[in-house]
Amino acid sequence: MSTLVIAEHDNGSLKGATLNAVTAAQALGADVDVLVAGADCGAAAEAAAKVAGVSRVLVADNAAYGHQLAENVSLLIADVGAAYDNIVAPATSNGKNTMPRVAALLDVAQISDIISVEAADTFKRPVYAGNVIATVKSSDSKKVVTVRTTAFDAAAAEGGSATVEAVDAVHDAGISAFVSEEVAESDRPELTAAPVVVSGGRGMQNGENFKLLDGIADKLGAAIGASRAAVDAGFVPNDMQVGQTGKIVAPDLYIAVGISGAIQHLAGMKDSKVIVAINKDEDAPIFQVADYGLVADLFEALPELEAKI
Amino acid sequence: MKVLVAVKRVVDYNVKVRAKADGSDVDLNNVKMSINPFCEIAVEEAVRLKEAGTATEVIAVSIGDKACQEQIRTALALGADRGIQVETEGSVEPLVVAKLLKGVVEKEQPQLVILGKQSIDGDNNQTGQMLGALTNMPQGTFASEIAVDGDKLSVTREVDGGLQTLSLNMPAIVTSDLRLNEPRYASLPNIMKAKKKPLDVYSPADLGVEVTTHLTQVSVEPPAERQAGIKVESVDELVDKLKNEAKVI
Ligand SMILES: Cc1cc2nc3c(=O)[nH]c(=O)nc-3n(C[C@H](O)[C@H](O)[C@H](O)COP(=O)(O)OP(=O)(O)OC[C@H]3O[C@@H](n4cnc5c(N)ncnc54)[C@H](O)[C@@H]3O)c2cc1C
Repeated sequence: MSTLVIAEHDNGSLKGATLNAVTAAQALGADVDVLVAGADCGAAAEAAAKVAGVSRVLVADNAAYGHQLAENVSLLIADVGAAYDNIVAPATSNGKNTMPRVAALLDVAQISDIISVEAADTFKRPVYAGNVIATVKSSDSKKVVTVRTTAFDAAAAEGGSATVEAVDAVHDAGISAFVSEEVAESDRPELTAAPVVVSGGRGMQNGENFKLLDGIADKLGAAIGASRAAVDAGFVPNDMQVGQTGKIVAPDLYIAVGISGAIQHLAGMKDSKVIVAINKDEDAPIFQVADYGLVADLFEALPELEAKI
Repeated sequence: MKVLVAVKRVVDYNVKVRAKADGSDVDLNNVKMSINPFCEIAVEEAVRLKEAGTATEVIAVSIGDKACQEQIRTALALGADRGIQVETEGSVEPLVVAKLLKGVVEKEQPQLVILGKQSIDGDNNQTGQMLGALTNMPQGTFASEIAVDGDKLSVTREVDGGLQTLSLNMPAIVTSDLRLNEPRYASLPNIMKAKKKPLDVYSPADLGVEVTTHLTQVSVEPPAERQAGIKVESVDELVDKLKNEAKVI
């Protein structure tokens, strides 16, 4: 048996999500190889070779893979993955974009967003916005899986000594092209990996008021998140949305400010260790999942909190 | 330009779904069913393309038992021109849905297929991408903006780092994210009109597709419950609890 993990990276460095996927892959009980597909991605491949528990790193370094276009990368993964029993990727926007395409090329099911490996063919995954956990069993000879990164510890980034081999096959479907990207620059930790997350909702009233969260986030080394309502209203960009259809977070501390606690929001944060809710409505559903609830006007509570932590 | 839109009948997003006590399946007795919210956004986008003169016809397709005709009618009330139901029983896996949609694509030859990025029951987020692989069409998933430009489609996508814009050869596939548009409400006259719009029914065999099973649901269970928390009276108490009880700051 063997397992191929698809690396999440930005060519220059390996993303943390890869480390969680490696741990999930190890639970399948087979040798773990990592595929790094990108353009000028040698540094990411070197980093992958250092990850504990990885046997081989395969590097497909070509302009066709530079922007992770699903049309090209899926052909590559289906080709390289033909020799493997399992193909595993983190459930990042890249993983979600590419892996179903890989599975269809291989004529097998894709199993999304697993939170545990029960056996080599059996997995648990949340459905219905996490209100139900389903155990599913695959009858396919090959398993194509995406991994909820918050459900698996990160493998050690150092300590491994995998061999690095080049993959020469170039798959360029020639039907899609990268045009541009708008990437939010931030000195804060990545939302999905931050130890503390402070999120604002519609109660923040506008984008300007999100600055009230900055000082608290600075002091706690936190990432800043948001509800869908705050994103839809244009207070903050889409990459900050936490929830069923946004990002899944599970920090040690999650502080929800002016967020009511809709099912779809809870789906993205209720596995946090400690949840704090600040809301002026004492009946807001968020208080049902909060370890510590403060019924207060956020415009009074936030400056005081910033001063006192 | 023909646009094909896929719609799914799912539990309404306001329903808190629970596992049955025996863990055999989720309890869907007497719960409200609706069009999947992302599919509704997909329909809206197709209808806007028609209103803008870019699309000539909008076809809404759903895969499911007879009840899903209700959601096809919803799409028709929102402005789709005609409907197609592919009649299946029980739950059908995304791979099979994609194969059935491929059959419809071959019949209808649309220039654009719009689907929701995920359905809020299975939360799989797979069907559009799978259809892309099976038809060898490019995909613009998690789309927040699309624009047709000759035989190319520009798609802006919501990705982990922010936004990414791609240029796709048409025919192409788009999966909608939340910010693609805000769907309209169907007016009463349009709901009445929708009842008279054509709706064809196919079987999987008509499309040459065998309904296969790759995954079986072994059991379902509720998620780990959180311990009930407490209300604190002041910011001082909150800070004290976080420092000395939870020890997280
Ligand atoms: C298909 C679909 C997918 C979705 N996906 C997501 C998702 O991924 N993530 C997500 O978050 N939502 C998602 N939603 C939306 C979700 O249903 C809710 O609409 C949304 O989470 C509400 O955001 P909110 O809590 O910020 O706003 P509201 O529900 O409007 O709550 C605002 C809260 O702020 C409080 N407040 C107002 N002023 C103050 C003040 N001065 N001080 C203190 N408190 C104040 C109010 O009491 C209220 O509780 C989805 C919905 C659908 C249909």
